[in-house]
Amino acid sequence: MSAPAQAASGTQASGPAQQPILETRGLGVDFGGLKALDGLDLAVYPGEIVSVIGPNGAGKTTLFNAITATVAASEGDILFEGESLIGLDPNRVTSRGIARTFQNVRLFANMTVLENVMVSQHCRTRQSVFGALLYTKAFRNEEAEITERGKEVLSFFGSRLTGYRFDQPAYTLSYANRRRLEIARAMATQPKLILLDEPVAGMNPTESAELTGLIGRLRDEWGFAIVVIEHDMEVVREVSDRVVVLDHGVKIAEGDYADVSVDPQVIEAYLGHGATA
Amino acid sequence: MSLAEPPAAPGPSPSASPGGDGSSDDAPPRPPFAQDWRRIARMGAIGAIGQIFISLSNMPVKLDGRAIIEGVLSLGYLSLVVLPLASGSRVGHQIRREGVPHHRPGAHEIIGGAACGALVGGGLSLLAVLIANFDLREPLVNWSPILADLLGFNRGTAFAVIIWLAIGAAVGAAGGLLRVVPPLARRVLWTMVLTLFGAAVLESLTTDLAEGMGIEGLIEWFYAPRGGLTITGAIALAAGSGVLAFVARGRIKGAKSRIDALEGPARNRANLGLILATAAVLVILPMFAGKLTNELLANVGLFVLLALGLNIVVGLAGILDLGYVAFFAVGSYSAAVLTAATSPKIHPELPWFVALIGVVLLTGLVGLFIGAPVIRMRGDYLAIVTLGFGEIIRLLFLSDWLSGWFGGSQGITNIPGAEIFGLATVAGTDPRSVFYLVLAFCAIAIYVSWRLERSRIGRAWMAVREDETVAEAMGINTVNVKLLAFVVGAVLGSFSGAIFSAKVGSVFPASFLILVSIVILVVVIFGGMGNIVGVVAGSAVLIGVLGGPKQPGLLAEFSEFKLLIYGALLVWMMLARPEGLIPSVRRTRELHQEEMAQDAWLRGQTEDDNGGRDATASTAATSGSTVEAARLAGESA
Ligand SMILES: Nc1ncnc2c1ncn2[C@@H]1O[C@H](COP(=O)(O)OP(=O)(O)O)[C@@H](O)[C@H]1O
Ligand SMILES: [Mg+2]
Repeated sequence: MSAPAQAASGTQASGPAQQPILETRGLGVDFGGLKALDGLDLAVYPGEIVSVIGPNGAGKTTLFNAITATVAASEGDILFEGESLIGLDPNRVTSRGIARTFQNVRLFANMTVLENVMVSQHCRTRQSVFGALLYTKAFRNEEAEITERGKEVLSFFGSRLTGYRFDQPAYTLSYANRRRLEIARAMATQPKLILLDEPVAGMNPTESAELTGLIGRLRDEWGFAIVVIEHDMEVVREVSDRVVVLDHGVKIAEGDYADVSVDPQVIEAYLGHGATA
Repeated sequence: MSLAEPPAAPGPSPSASPGGDGSSDDAPPRPPFAQDWRRIARMGAIGAIGQIFISLSNMPVKLDGRAIIEGVLSLGYLSLVVLPLASGSRVGHQIRREGVPHHRPGAHEIIGGAACGALVGGGLSLLAVLIANFDLREPLVNWSPILADLLGFNRGTAFAVIIWLAIGAAVGAAGGLLRVVPPLARRVLWTMVLTLFGAAVLESLTTDLAEGMGIEGLIEWFYAPRGGLTITGAIALAAGSGVLAFVARGRIKGAKSRIDALEGPARNRANLGLILATAAVLVILPMFAGKLTNELLANVGLFVLLALGLNIVVGLAGILDLGYVAFFAVGSYSAAVLTAATSPKIHPELPWFVALIGVVLLTGLVGLFIGAPVIRMRGDYLAIVTLGFGEIIRLLFLSDWLSGWFGGSQGITNIPGAEIFGLATVAGTDPRSVFYLVLAFCAIAIYVSWRLERSRIGRAWMAVREDETVAEAMGINTVNVKLLAFVVGAVLGSFSGAIFSAKVGSVFPASFLILVSIVILVVVIFGGMGNIVGVVAGSAVLIGVLGGPKQPGLLAEFSEFKLLIYGALLVWMMLARPEGLIPSVRRTRELHQEEMAQDAWLRGQTEDDNGGRDATASTAATSGSTVEAARLAGESA
C-alpha cells in the first residue's frame, strides 16, 4: 500500500487514503502446474492509468483474463470497488463496470460497426422480447438511447468509424480500425475501468501516437481508470501514471516510468529473455 | 514495436488489392492446347464417377417420364448433362487474385471444357459397355435394365459409347463457352435456360392457375398434352425471356440500388409497398388454384414456418439444433390432445385457438427443459445432444408408457379442424383455408424475427453466434440469451405443428422422424442462415420443388431421390456458398477492397518498421532509456 498511494496524484486531486477501484491480493492462476500468475498484489486507483509490461508469456493477458473471470483464479482475491469478483460470471464482472479489449482483436465480425457498440450495452439495458414485439414507447426510447450512445463512442475516434461506416460489417474494417472499434465497444459497456490488451500492436507510428493521445483522453474526458498492457515503450512512457512489470507471473517492479526503466531487475528480465530466446 | 511477439496477423483478408486486380481485357489469351491436362483428367474422372453413380441410382430412368421439352429433353436426360456442363465450365475457372497471373478466356476454355465434358460423358460410355458385357444387376440392384436403352437411344451399345462422348464434349464445350461470352450474353443465356426449366417444373401449378382463371387455351399452346413444353412454346418462352433479360440489363439492379439508396419515410413506403404487393399475390393466388396446388402451398407454408423458427435458433443465435422436429412434434401432439375428443386420457376438447395458448405454453416449457441442459454445451457436443433429444421426444410419444395420453404408435386420430372464431373451419379437406392460416402465422413469424433481429435481444443472439466468449465478456448473459432463442424457436415451430395436426387430422410418431429436422436445416442453410428473405425463399423453393420429407413437391418424380438431392445440395452449399444463396450481410465489394488495400499498406508499414530497427535501437540508447535499449537488444537477439 505504499507505492500506489502517490500514483493517482498526477492528474486528479485525490486523497491519499482513497480506496483503489481494483485490487488483487495474492492473485494466482494455475494452468495445470504452470503458474501463469503467482501471488500478485496490484492496486489501481480511480482516474489512474497503469501500464503492465513484461516479456512474452509473463502473464499479462492472464491477469486480464482473471480479472474478467475468463479464467478462474486459483488463489487470492480480486476486489472491485471493495467487493470480491471471485466466482462471478464474466458478464456479471462487465456489468459491475470492467470492460476489456483483446490482444488478438475479437470483434463480432459479421455485425455492423454500429451493432458492435450497440450490443455491448446489453447489460445496461432492460427491454424484453415483449417490448420489442409490441414496439412500445419504452422500447423505442431505449433503442434510440443505445444508438445514440453507440454513435457517441464511435465518434470518439474522429470520422474513422462514423458516417457510412456505421452500417459496414466489422470485417470490412482495416486492422487499425478494428482495434479502435474494440476500444469503442469496451467504452459502450459504460465501465469504470477499462483493460486494454496491447492496443497499438500492429499499428504504424502515426496511428499509435494518435491512439496514445486517445488513451489519455479516455481518462481525462470519460473518467475511466485504465490498465494497459503495452510493449511499445514510447506509448508506455506517454500514458502511464505508473508501470507494473511482470515476469513469470510475478511482479518484479512497480513505480513510475523513469524509475522502472532503470531498475536492474527489469533490465535483467528483458535481457535474460533476449539472451535465451 | 512488440517484444518478440509478432504483431497479430492483420485480419483474415486474402492478399487481394484493387491495384493488382487488372481487368481481363489486357491479359493475353492462352494457346488453345496448352491445357492443364491433369486438372482436366481429375475433374473428368470425378464427373464420370458422378455420372455412373447417378445412372445406377436409377434417377435418369425414373425421371425420363417427365418431359421438359416435348420430344427433345426429359428430366432424365437433363440429369445426365448437368455434370458435363458444370465440369466443363468449372475447368475454365480462374482464380483472380493479385500476384496470380491470369489470362483472357477464349478458345482455350472451350477446348478444355470439351475435353473435360467428354471425359465426364465417357463415364456413361463406360457404363454402357459394362452393362452390355457384365451382369451388374447382381451387386447393384437399384438400376433397371431400361437404362441400357436410355443410354443407347435404343440403338445399341456402340452408339451409346460414341454418342455420350459426343454429348459430353458438346455440353462441356458449352460450359467452357460460358466463360468466354461477355457477361450480358451469359446473363441472357442463363435467363433463357432458367425460364425454360422453371416453366417446365411449374407446369402443374401454371396449368392449375390458368384453369382457375379460364385461360386454358394459352396453356395448351405452351404445354404438350403428355407433359412438357411444346417446341413452339419453348422457343417462344426462350425468345421472350431472352429479349426481356436483354432489355432489363442493369435496370433491375439499378432499381434495387435506387430502393436501397432511399432513406427514412421514402424507404419505409417502398418497403411497405413491396410487402403489400407480395401479400396481395399470396392472398389472391390461391383463389384461382385448385385443391392440389393449395395442398402444395399449404405444405410449403408449414415448412416455411418451421424454417423461420429454426432460423432464430441456428441463423441468429448460432445454436446448431439438430432436433428441432421435437418442437414440431410437441406442437402437433399438444394441439391434438387439447382439441381432439379421441385423445385417450384427456378430454378438454378446446377450440383450436384456445388450445393454441396451451400449445405455446407447453412447447415453451419443453423448450426450457431441453434447452437448459443443452445450452451450456458448445459446437459439436450441442448438436449431438439436440439430435438425441429430438429422438427422445419422438420415442416418448411412441412409448407404451405414455400411450394413455398419446396413443403410442396408433397416434391420435379424428382431430377436428381449426375453427377460426366461428367464421370458418380450417381442415385438410379445404387446403386453401389451411394455406391462409399458415400464411397468417408465417406473417407473425416474419414479424417476430424481423422485430427481434433489430432489438437488443437479437443483437445479443448475433453476438453469441459470432463469438460466445467475447459476448460473455461484453456483458451478455449467454446462457439466458441462448435459452431465450431456443424457446422462441420452439414456439414458432409449435405453431406449425398445431396447424399440421388440424390439417392432417391425425398425428403419429412416424411424422416426426429426425429427417424432418435435417430437411428444415438444409432449407435454412440453402436460403441463407440469418436472413429472413433468404430463409423464406430457400424453403419455399426447395420444399415447393422437391417436397418435404413425406410431402410431394412439384417434381414428384424426385420423391425417391429427394434425400440424395438434399444431401448433395447441403454438401455443395457448404463447399461453395456457406453463407447461403442470399447471405445475411451484404458484402460491399468496393469498400471491402478499400479496406484490404489499407491492410496491405499497413503490412508494408510494419515491415518498414522491422527494417529500421537498428536505427531505432541506437536512438533509444542515446536517449538514455535503458529498458528500451534492452528491449531492442533482446528483440534483435
Ligand atoms: N488458457 C491457457 N491454458 C494454458 N496455458 C495458458 C493459457 N493462457 C495462457 N497460458 C500460459 O500462461 C503464460 C502466460 O500467458 P499470457 O498471460 O498470455 O502472457 P503475456 O504476458 O504474453 O500476455 C504463458 O506461458 C501461456 O502459455
Ligand atoms: Mg498477452
